Order: sequence, then structure tokens, then C-alpha cells
Amino acid sequence: MISTSKIAIVDYGAGNLNSVKKAFDYIGAEVVVTDQPETVLAVDKIVLPGVGHFSSLQALNRVGLREALLQATSAGKPFLGICLGMQWLFEGSEECSEIAGAGIFTGRCRPFPSAVKSPHVGWNSLQIDVQNGSRLLQGIAQDSFVYYTHSFHAPLVAETTAVSDYGLQFAGAIERGNTFGVQFHPEKSGDVGLSILKNFGEL
Amino acid sequence: MLTKRIIACLDMDGGRVVKGVQFKNLRDAGDPAECAAAHARNGADEIVLLDITATSGNRETLLDAVRGTARSLFVPFTVGGGIRQLEDAEAVFAAGADKIAINSAAVREPALIGKIAGRFGSQAVVVAIDAKKINGSFAVFVAGGRISTGRDAIQWAREAAVCGAGEILLTSMDRDGTQSGFDCELVRAVAEAVSIPVIASGGAGSARDFIEVFRDGRADAALAASIFHFGIENISQLKRELHDANIPVRWPC
Repeated sequence: MISTSKIAIVDYGAGNLNSVKKAFDYIGAEVVVTDQPETVLAVDKIVLPGVGHFSSLQALNRVGLREALLQATSAGKPFLGICLGMQWLFEGSEECSEIAGAGIFTGRCRPFPSAVKSPHVGWNSLQIDVQNGSRLLQGIAQDSFVYYTHSFHAPLVAETTAVSDYGLQFAGAIERGNTFGVQFHPEKSGDVGLSILKNFGEL
Repeated sequence: MLTKRIIACLDMDGGRVVKGVQFKNLRDAGDPAECAAAHARNGADEIVLLDITATSGNRETLLDAVRGTARSLFVPFTVGGGIRQLEDAEAVFAAGADKIAINSAAVREPALIGKIAGRFGSQAVVVAIDAKKINGSFAVFVAGGRISTGRDAIQWAREAAVCGAGEILLTSMDRDGTQSGFDCELVRAVAEAVSIPVIASGGAGSARDFIEVFRDGRADAALAASIFHFGIENISQLKRELHDANIPVRWPC
């Protein structure tokens, strides 16, 4: 594909970044996995992956990545948060109230209602807000299936570009300017997911 | 709407897939990477690679297979067989697995579940339970079903969830290989006892069996190996039948 833009996948010690890197490799993007704030500031685009507990985001503060990420996003550098990385874009999460999110989007992440099993694991459909004209979801068919695995979900905000249903409607994808977030795992969502990553790579 | 998952399992011995290998148009039907890719093309929601190699000491063979399979697979990929400690799990994740399945080692050392989950997240830890009905209750077996632990499967599933398991892969030893249907009684008992997803395994023989284990067994996912060349031609056809029976599945996909 793509341009010569370089994408940094931010490694803050939470989980397994291999599959995200592998998916970008597959679509021909140039990626580097890094835990260095300088690298984050030097590259063209940033991906913040992550699975697991909101408290693992604490590591961003420890190594100075938080400031670099905030600086890059406010400068308009394309940023994609995946799963926990998307949740970080909000003010915080009830999963761990001591850790502050970036506060780029308003609201806090909450658990699913007790009427449904938690975690929410599996393939769920995306209802895309076509009015919103998402760049990240360009070319993705309405009701496409994507793979989720999470216990907490982000609130619906004005910048929500797609929702999924699980006991309630929650934000599957958000987007404002060059800042994007997806609660699902595009790297595990087959061709649909690869198309989304390609859209990000081609911004 | 969250869909019910159909998971294709590849049993691997010495680096070669030994069941469910009768794909047409594969250059090498025993190659795990080719089998996994073929299942994914046909609509498998996930792939499980289970190393059933009897002898130990050839971890490199497994890791090579994991690397080769993961390279161009973009659906969730679970690897099980012979993971005894955190270091084994780390190697399998580094080779490209998204989740690991542990069975005997988790029974021996339940804390291992939390150790792996602490490092890689609960979503990455599948606890596999082999259960057999004895005197009206379900007993847990380990070591490939050879050794009875005297533990109750439903209680063990609860404990595994508390320890940090992300999913339970529940195999009925009574049904495994029989193609006489999943053990819906077992699956339902466990599915109602834990809040984490339960993957039903053992006994798949027809689309009807899948419908029953989703409806009556309350399974979140169902796994099969050899079925996909006995009676049901491929996963795509199975999913169409499930869709027609109003079971939510990722179809078309």
C-alpha cells in the first residue's frame, strides 16, 4: 500500500502487541514498536493498543509517554487507540478511578449492566453512523462484524462513529479530527479489521 | 448483536495437523498454517491449535507452527498443549498466539492462571476442562483424559474464573469423537455457574447439534475439529444453517 509514513505502536508493558504489529506488517505499513517518548514524537502516526485492566495505563505516566501522547494528539498527529487505548482517550474508567485518562473525549468508561455476561467476548455487529462521515470506517459495510473482548465500555459521545449492542448501546468507534478510537480489535477482525487499519495507514 | 462463535480446532502432532485436514485445494493438507487459513476463509470465528504431541521436548516444532500460522491469520488464535509455566506461555504469545489454553497445569497450580492473566490479561487465558460424568456429577480429568482428579467440573470452572480465566473450554469426554451431539447438560451447568464465556467441545456431528448447544446448552461458542469434513462440508454452510435457525452468527462473513 501506503505512503512512507511511519507508525509507532506504543509499548507500555500491557499485554501482547504482536498481533497489532503483524496486522500492520501484513498491509505493508512501516511500524515500530516503542516505549520511548521521543520516538512517539518523531513518527507520523501513533497506535496505542492495550488489553486488560485500566490500571495498566499507569505505566504511561511512569515513562513519560502520557505527555508525549497528549502533545502529539493536540498537534493533530493521527492517533488510533485500540480497546484499552481507546478508553484512555476518555476522562477515566470506573475500573480504576485513580488513573486519569487523556480527557480528549468526555465521560468515563463503565461496566456492562449485570443482565449480560461480562466480559463481552466475540464478534458483534457495528452500526455505523453514516451521517458522521467517519474517515476510519470509510468503505466498511453497515453491520460488519468485528471482534471484541472487554469488560468496560466507553460512553456514547457526539464523536461516536459506530455503536454496538450488548445489554446497551456503547461506542464501538469514535473520531474527532485525527484522533480515533476503536473498542474492538481490528487486528483480529478479519478483512474488515484490516481495511480499517489500512484506512488509518493511508490517512 | 453478539454472535455465537464457531471455533475450528486443529489437533497437531509433531508439527502436522492430524485431524480435520481434508480440505480440497490445499497444497499441504497437514500444514497448520494452510489449514487455519482455509478455516478462516470459510468463516471460522477463531482458530485453536492444540498440540497433542505425546513426547515432550520439541517446543521449537510447536513454536514454528504457531509463528507460521499466526503470520497471516487475522482472527483470534488460541494455542494449547504442554503449557506448564509462565515461560511456556510467554514463548507461545511471542510466537503470535492471542490466547493460550491450559488444562493439567492449571489444575496442578491454579495460581498459574493468575500469573499468565496478570502478564497478558484475562482475555488471553483459556482454561480447558475435560469432564466426564461419573455417578451423576461431572468429574475433571487431566493428562489428556487419562487421570481423574476427583474434582467437580462445575466447581473447578468457578474457581478458574475467580483465578482470572477469560474463557472456559469445556470438553465432554463422554461425547468427544462420537458425533452424537454436545453434552448440553454439562455445558449449561457450567455456563450458568460462571460469568465468563463457555466454549462447548466434544460431540459435534451436525448443524442440529450446534443449534442445541447454543439454545439448550447456553454455550457462547462451540468448537469442533473433525466434523468439518464429516457431513458438514465447511463452516460457511454450518453458519448458514445456524443463521436460518435464528441463531446469531457472523454470517455472511
